[in-house]
Amino acid sequence: MKLSRRCFLSLSIGGTVGTALTPLPWKLTDDMSIWSQNWPWTPVPPDGAYTYINSTCTLCPGHCGIRVRKVDDRAVKIEGQEGTPLNQGGGLCPLGLSGLQLLYGPRRIQGPLKRDGERGKGQWKPISWQQAIDEVSRKLADIRSQGKPQSLACLTDSDTGTVPQLFKRFLNAYGSPNFFRMPSVEDAYESVLSLTQGVDGFAGLDLYNADFILSFGSALLDGYGAPPRVMQAISRLKEQNGTLVQVEHRLSNTAAKANVWLAAKPGTEADLALSMAYVIIAQQKYDTDFIGTHTEGFEAFVRMVQERFDPQKVAAYCGVEADVIVRTALAFATAQKPLAVYGKGKGQTAGSLREALAVHALNALVGNINRVGGVQAIPAYDYLQWPAVMTDETAAAGLQTQRLDRARSPEFPHAQAIVHRLFETVNASPGEVQALFVAEANPCYSLPGSANVQEAFDKIPYVVSFSSYMDETAMQADLILPNHVYLERYEDVPVRSGTTRPMIGLCQPVVAPQLNTRHVGDSVILIAKALKGAVAESFPWADYESCLQEALGDQWDAISDQGFWAAAESAPASLDNGFGTPSGKFTLMDETIGAVYQVGEPSAAGDASEYPLLLMPYDSIRLTSRYVGGTPFMLKTVADTVLKGQDGFVDLNPETAAHIGLGEGQAVRLSTPVGEARVRVHLDDGVMPGIVSIPRGLGHTAQGPFLAGKGVNVNRLIAPVEDPASGLDAALGIRAKLTKA
Amino acid sequence: MKQTQTHNQKPPQRYGMAIDLDKCTGCGACMVACSAENNVPFKEDETNKLLSITWMKVFRITNGREFPHAEVCYLPRPCQHCAGQHEGHSPCVSVCPATATDYSAQTGIVSQIYTRCFGCRYCMGACPYHARYFNWWDPVWPVGMEKSLSPNVSPRMRGVVEKCSFCFHRYQLARDKAYAEDKREVGEAEYQTACAQACPAGAIVFGDLNNPEHAVSRIAQPDRHDHYKSQNPRAFRLLERLGTNTKVYYLSDREWVRKAGDNYLADENPSASTPPKEHA
Repeated sequence: MKLSRRCFLSLSIGGTVGTALTPLPWKLTDDMSIWSQNWPWTPVPPDGAYTYINSTCTLCPGHCGIRVRKVDDRAVKIEGQEGTPLNQGGGLCPLGLSGLQLLYGPRRIQGPLKRDGERGKGQWKPISWQQAIDEVSRKLADIRSQGKPQSLACLTDSDTGTVPQLFKRFLNAYGSPNFFRMPSVEDAYESVLSLTQGVDGFAGLDLYNADFILSFGSALLDGYGAPPRVMQAISRLKEQNGTLVQVEHRLSNTAAKANVWLAAKPGTEADLALSMAYVIIAQQKYDTDFIGTHTEGFEAFVRMVQERFDPQKVAAYCGVEADVIVRTALAFATAQKPLAVYGKGKGQTAGSLREALAVHALNALVGNINRVGGVQAIPAYDYLQWPAVMTDETAAAGLQTQRLDRARSPEFPHAQAIVHRLFETVNASPGEVQALFVAEANPCYSLPGSANVQEAFDKIPYVVSFSSYMDETAMQADLILPNHVYLERYEDVPVRSGTTRPMIGLCQPVVAPQLNTRHVGDSVILIAKALKGAVAESFPWADYESCLQEALGDQWDAISDQGFWAAAESAPASLDNGFGTPSGKFTLMDETIGAVYQVGEPSAAGDASEYPLLLMPYDSIRLTSRYVGGTPFMLKTVADTVLKGQDGFVDLNPETAAHIGLGEGQAVRLSTPVGEARVRVHLDDGVMPGIVSIPRGLGHTAQGPFLAGKGVNVNRLIAPVEDPASGLDAALGIRAKLTKA
Repeated sequence: MKQTQTHNQKPPQRYGMAIDLDKCTGCGACMVACSAENNVPFKEDETNKLLSITWMKVFRITNGREFPHAEVCYLPRPCQHCAGQHEGHSPCVSVCPATATDYSAQTGIVSQIYTRCFGCRYCMGACPYHARYFNWWDPVWPVGMEKSLSPNVSPRMRGVVEKCSFCFHRYQLARDKAYAEDKREVGEAEYQTACAQACPAGAIVFGDLNNPEHAVSRIAQPDRHDHYKSQNPRAFRLLERLGTNTKVYYLSDREWVRKAGDNYLADENPSASTPPKEHA
């Protein structure tokens, strides 16, 4: 048969029309999409019985109550625990909400690991728990037999609660005074309370009941203290038509929400506070009753303030006009319940003792010490009533030695621990630290001058990490004894942040341990027992849980049921016997305090002619720079003007950028006296001219694919600057320059 | 599908939200709570915001002035659950060829039915709020992380659009519970979205706009005779003049923030503007 042109055309057109008219192609497309959508790797989460477990979040010092939803044995959602004394609203921060990504995430360490290859190369050999405990105890017995027990140091996140105290106890029994906790604003507050009020305790800031909050750079809405509680307090302040004044060089989220934003130049905050004191005194707006009856050194304080802190003088260099200083000071002094808050950013550095004292003096002038809506000194927790530590001769000799950082020596009597000095000592004389324990801390990432910290780690012969995650510090360890994460373990967490009411949260197991990990408390007890002798005898407990139950005693039942124990609501300590100073009065000024006011602020390192700009880190609640890194869900919230691909951004005032010839998104080289990095520029009118603003919490080199290699770790670019008064790190930032890449 | 309502009953529920922008701190807790509640997928790189799925997204807006007069405000944007000029004329519902997104006359919630969606993305083009996201890839959870998935919300597959549902599964659970307890109504506290529950600043208030006892209706003060326009001088809705008749009300004392909610001419006063007249 011959195929004519006509026949061919009618066949093909007819075929096309016919196919289009049949449902066949549509059906096939539909089937294909349904088939491909049902590929088995889209998981179907199994259903089951729903339960809720109350626990406490330990991811930051806020220690919020949490409520975890479970389906059978899986934890599926973390929510805030509503109605707890410190978290009425039940809100929670982004990190707390995404805790399950830490529990089930790929960053966790599967079981005990021994280094197998060069340090930091990430080559590990899995070993058994028995081997791991044997290994540590053999090493420690070695060091002890050489008569140098003081060369064991330990660094943890905090020093309250059974776990840090077990470490401290272990060091005491072993014979080392070198127990360290990570730096924080609490260091400064402790010194201030001890100097002015003679109290050993922590500062309870009653943000919730204040009606005028004057914050000196505290990131109240970006993660200061216990974030949900602080945010609730600020929302309440707004509802009650209270006032929030933020003193900060940058338009942070707190400054953005404040009624008044005072853009003082970095490093002039203490002077600004003292000039406000000048106004309050000059206009006689201070609390005459409190000043007259309960303080000493007022005249000397007045003299100092009048000589040096006239608002006209201070205004000339601090960037806030004199009449604004006067107005703010008067509004503060005439408010019903004014409260001045100290602590830069989230409070992860101690900062300047001089500024802390100046801010506390403002509180004293308006008489809101130990009052509702003021600053209340809360005595240190004392519920741990353990039998005395057994100390043998070796231990006694070791404990006699000087601490490596000279904290609590006549040189720095008020500091509990000066962490940067530990690593400086190691770098200067490597033999001083033979072994280091690190638990719930990531110094190789989180400490300013982390390059120096890293260098010090190279010089410490034996590093044991108790980290649950493969973080930067665990990477430098010789042995890792991974801890359960907070959702798998018991732990008591005494709340010290943002509360005026003593409270112990109980972190309790929500799910069974997912991996071959062990409670860090159990690890310490086992190591002690393996060391035998007096060290073992100091640890009479069978395991951590029995130790904890004994510590909490009668409160155990209530606390394990409710998830927390809170002290009864009580009136603040009385003014008549609330001060432990020799005179029983609040010390506004004496020789020591006068010397602190005299020294001036520690200045940023670097030569201003070579480094014309100032690099200032800032804190964001969408990022975290503490021991636990951020989560994938948190990274969703990070703007593409902070992180784009692998590139981190710095914020610049458009004027500064124009001066250097930089535009939005441009790549530049950021150099400081201690390091350099490639960053991109984001223009932001909220940044003070001359300042380079950089977020904390990026630039991990470990912590898995979601975090590693993204952005820049600011701690690699800055270095600690020692506060001559306290010995603590008071670095604000560092001098810097930007050059086109 | 249009659902007709009977006239002898009280008005149906109309779930909506009031977000106080003067309280919102931009912390992002709502975004994280939403992702955790709704099994939202995540990737190693979430910095390409066109591909990053965020049912709830917090936008940062500025007043455009120089230091130190610059101001910043954050604006959380869930799906606005538009009712349109007639109930159910949401921009997305109107264009969906597969009835994969629908308007519930009982609750006012705009749904998204993944198994019906075949990925044409008309709805994404129609949505003025960029509230809809397309799954370009199958979601991948790192080994072990699928344990954290909630059985209440199905994980989505490649090729479908997803968006905020006002945590509709929570409504279903609350409704079932109310039914089991022989109650006629779902209480205010019994049905709250994950974002409202998580907000540490208490900026997000959720509830029934038609129920005068619910906080949200007291705050939003919707005028039922004028397309639910708010009678609260602090309140505005996003792109209100498009006539989308959304159920998310924003509040601010600041003029420039209220002005950022819509496109205004330089000399125009936002408070004087009205939604377009309905056409016959």
